[in-house]
Amino acid sequence: MIPLSSLNISFASIMPEMLLTGLALLVLVLDLFIREEKSVLGYVSVIGLIALIPVSARTIEAKASFGGMVMADEFAAYFNVIFIIAAIFTILISMDYLKKMNVRRGEYYHIILFSTVGMMVMASANDLVTLYVGLELMAMSFYILVAYRIASARSVEGGLKYFVLGALSSGILLYGISFTYGASGSTNLSEIARQLGGFQNPFLILGIVLITVGFGFKVAAFPFHVWTPDVYEGAPTPVTALLSIGSKAASFAAFMRVFMVAFPAFHAQWGEILWMLSAATMIFGSVVAIAQKNIVRMLAYSSIAHAGIIMMGLLVYNDLGAGGVLYYLLVYAFMNMGAFAIVALFRNDRIGESISDYSGLASRRPVLSFLMALFLLSLAGIPPTGGFAAKFFVFSAAIDARYYWLAAIGVVTTAISLFFYAKVIFYMYMREPDGEAVMPESGVLYNVVLLVTAFGTVFLGIYPTPFIDMAIKAVKPLLM
Amino acid sequence: MEQLFFYIFAITAVVAAILVVSMRNAIHSAFFLIVCLLQVAAIFVLLRSPFLAAVQVFIYVGAVMVLFLFAVLVLDVGKEAFREHMHSQSVPSLVMVAALLVIMGFMMFSGKLTVPPGAYNEAALAKNTEVIGRAVYTKFVFPFEVVSLLLLIALIGAVVLVMRERGKGADRNKPEDI
Repeated sequence: MIPLSSLNISFASIMPEMLLTGLALLVLVLDLFIREEKSVLGYVSVIGLIALIPVSARTIEAKASFGGMVMADEFAAYFNVIFIIAAIFTILISMDYLKKMNVRRGEYYHIILFSTVGMMVMASANDLVTLYVGLELMAMSFYILVAYRIASARSVEGGLKYFVLGALSSGILLYGISFTYGASGSTNLSEIARQLGGFQNPFLILGIVLITVGFGFKVAAFPFHVWTPDVYEGAPTPVTALLSIGSKAASFAAFMRVFMVAFPAFHAQWGEILWMLSAATMIFGSVVAIAQKNIVRMLAYSSIAHAGIIMMGLLVYNDLGAGGVLYYLLVYAFMNMGAFAIVALFRNDRIGESISDYSGLASRRPVLSFLMALFLLSLAGIPPTGGFAAKFFVFSAAIDARYYWLAAIGVVTTAISLFFYAKVIFYMYMREPDGEAVMPESGVLYNVVLLVTAFGTVFLGIYPTPFIDMAIKAVKPLLM
Repeated sequence: MEQLFFYIFAITAVVAAILVVSMRNAIHSAFFLIVCLLQVAAIFVLLRSPFLAAVQVFIYVGAVMVLFLFAVLVLDVGKEAFREHMHSQSVPSLVMVAALLVIMGFMMFSGKLTVPPGAYNEAALAKNTEVIGRAVYTKFVFPFEVVSLLLLIALIGAVVLVMRERGKGADRNKPEDI
């Protein structure tokens, strides 16, 4: 029996999760009373989330609480801020988008908030059980959100695909967790590391491989990426943005914590697996993206390629590499959200999905085209944007750690990726408009999101030092 | 003796699970799923976890499967719906499954479990439920609370995906993209 005092029940350590759950429940109840104007719920959610940023950015002392289940350290705080930023932008672009798509139901907003709670639980999980529960909370919310436009067959198809493959990957992850438990006798990450030492056990290797596969599904790494394009295309575009930013960041947070805290002694083994995954993901994502005609599918493959680069940072396994992952995900949140916001604005039923619909956009909407070009160039990694700083950081960490081949593959695939990002810019600036696709007016909400994301993308590129320092400081406790 | 029973239950469970996915009729699949879940419950008993076994029977067999059968009956899923579900991928998938089985079997036999087995005596078994209850409300209280959120969101999701929108201009009145 465990004495209560040894559990270290500390409500301060789960304060962001608790407050966000409260906000979600508030929105859930408000939904009953607000019958017509559902976007009020969106404003309430956004105000609540903004108020939550200082709470989650504040780090309490990094000490495992709730019987070792939760670790609210700087690492978790850094990710919590990324999740909240992603959720705020998503809700802001959702309000107009839902009106346009004729979806007038309020559940959307609190489901987004619950998925954010799930992400936070994942980022601060110090135990495989907590991690799994958080992952399921996030995934369950996304299954609903992806299929939210139930009148659209594509949305339902995407939701079903995501559900079936997500359930399969959760099963594989659980299988890996059970092997790890069998080999180490604990589900607590630091306890696992203590029990195992450097002891080689095929049982554990099996566990590590299965856990890698489970996370590979969630971050959309190469052989496990098959769901990505269809789900991204079918889901409401703001949900796609949150899926590609929040879900990916949360999965990488859990991925990092499990591999760096629980299996540091097995870096040689999982390093090899991740090397292959990372290289294959980068090559596959950027090569297949070239052939895409649909902009959402192109961004889906681009997000696969980015997952490969981020994985490189994880694999390097030192403060530069791991800090690079955190910084990369922060930059990615801004630039990818910006690109998806423009796609969400443009997309209307069938129009605005094909890349050729962007023909001549520059002559009609010069500012929007400029911003789109900025986001795409940042995704491609052109200075002076944040994308360049992030890629530079991760690649130089890989070179420092003597992963020359992997860094070379990364640089080559970045060059390839420039091709398909530039294709959209080429269509916008060099082609004549064909008259069919009309870009709707961007409302105040879109303008706010676009300006903030554009500012973030550029600012993180020009002045990355404080954020990189924060990222490196946040991963320090994981590397001990 | 115990080994023998384990293999009986395990083989029945695996065979039933294979039948679940290969049956053409949804009702037959559901019945084989019940068989499979009951075998798993029996394995829980062998593992000295009577509480989990009872929960498995009550919740999965008793509640979930009955609801599932009910849904299948109400929706009247015919045989047609289950035709062509493998899309001629059976040979590659069988090869992959066999390869996975060989690799995993090899690793399992060459590995070793380091978890100490639990207490098997009479007193510990009688306390099975108490031990689980204590663990859930002390060490695992945080994930336990998160699970309650998970159930809430599952409930909301079921309602959202099934219920149609009311009022004029609702989503269903407008044929959208395919």
